[in-house]
Amino acid sequence: MSRHYEIVVDRIRCDGRGLCAELLPELIRLDDWGYPIISPGPIPEHLMPLAERAVEDCPVLALTLRRTEQGKRASR
Amino acid sequence: MSTMRLLAGRTLSAGPEGFAEHAARLGHLPHAGRDLTEVVVRSGLTGRGGAGFPAGLKWRAAAARHAHVLVVNGAEGEPHSKKDRLLMSTRPHLVLDGALLAARAVRINEIVLYIGEHHTIARAAMERALAERPAADRKHFRIAAAPARYVSGDSSAAVHLVTTGIALPTNAPAAPAMVQNVETLAHVALIARSGEDTGTVLVTMAGGVSRPGVLEVETSSTIADAIALAGGATEPPRAVLMGGYFGAWVEIGQAQGLTLDPAALRARGLSLGCGVVGVLPGSHCPVCETAGIMRYLAGESSAQCGPCFFGLRALAEASGRIATQGSNSEDLQRLHRWAAEVRGRGACKHPDGAVMFLQSALSTFGQEFASHPAHRARRSA
Repeated sequence: MSRHYEIVVDRIRCDGRGLCAELLPELIRLDDWGYPIISPGPIPEHLMPLAERAVEDCPVLALTLRRTEQGKRASR
Repeated sequence: MSTMRLLAGRTLSAGPEGFAEHAARLGHLPHAGRDLTEVVVRSGLTGRGGAGFPAGLKWRAAAARHAHVLVVNGAEGEPHSKKDRLLMSTRPHLVLDGALLAARAVRINEIVLYIGEHHTIARAAMERALAERPAADRKHFRIAAAPARYVSGDSSAAVHLVTTGIALPTNAPAAPAMVQNVETLAHVALIARSGEDTGTVLVTMAGGVSRPGVLEVETSSTIADAIALAGGATEPPRAVLMGGYFGAWVEIGQAQGLTLDPAALRARGLSLGCGVVGVLPGSHCPVCETAGIMRYLAGESSAQCGPCFFGLRALAEASGRIATQGSNSEDLQRLHRWAAEVRGRGACKHPDGAVMFLQSALSTFGQEFASHPAHRARRSA
């Protein structure tokens, strides 16, 4: 079974810097106040390196990757 | 269904029922242990604080993760709700019984009575009731004051306060705790004695009724029955806000026949919530009421999460503009889009409750929101 991950935002930590949406616009867009809206569901395989980069580069360390069950739709 | 009632016994105006009177009426605390969890599961009891989660399932899960604190949630931050403080002020031993039974069933030693800081009568009654209990019961309890904020009653905020002294919602509560509303626990005290569901709910009747206040009604009662018990409507109502500020608006025509049964309401996509039944008089403007409540809820954000703090404020401002300056399609579109975007993006459920309330207003009063005239007769609900 292949591994599936989703992006989880710590909403208290998140400051709305918006770097994640620049690094991973395929999965992350910003709301009208600059806070990320994450596409639900597991991260497609080919976007994993970018997702890892977004997690590492978040200036306030608000993002994490969490393993999901295969095919299970994750909540935002 | 049991014939026991939460508010049976002496008249409510006679003050708190003492331990001797309580024991004479209901007998001493039943000898129940872990087996009570399955009795509560079978009774179908659901939480009465707002979320309506099945109590027995919560206990099973808490036992499995070795919860060691029971938070008895009597914060009651919901503006119109009065039932939790009435219960603590008049039947404190029922709450203590339920707390002791739940703690035994889940094998918890520490029980925290989490009581709204301004609910001084309720707190005094609980303190007095504790003092009447044997030392073996008393040693498990302590009391913590819940700050007078809407989010204080959120279960993660409650756990955060009793473990760290900060009543703000968190992502990860520090201590494995189980949080249960005071009314839920009072029902447990009766279920442990009779083996079956009490079959009643406490509701707070608010708004356009002759006698606003707390009622204990059977779950088979309709909203029309409850309005009649509260002395009738002061004028023909326009709608009912079911479940408080995190609840939903229902047209009066549909609302009257609804039963105050948590399961039946859930089946209709509604919720008993914290039990507040707010009656909107026909002469009040639903758009202005909604705008006033949104302004309140935006102000009650604990300002920790951006989507909640900025989102609710923007939603309140857009609703307020429609209320005071009249309808405009840009604001209406924003309300729909922002409400959908904000949902699910806070550490606690405050933003979700607020936007679900707004979405119910937009669907129930769609016509009024689309054609609202500019006026300033804004009343707070």
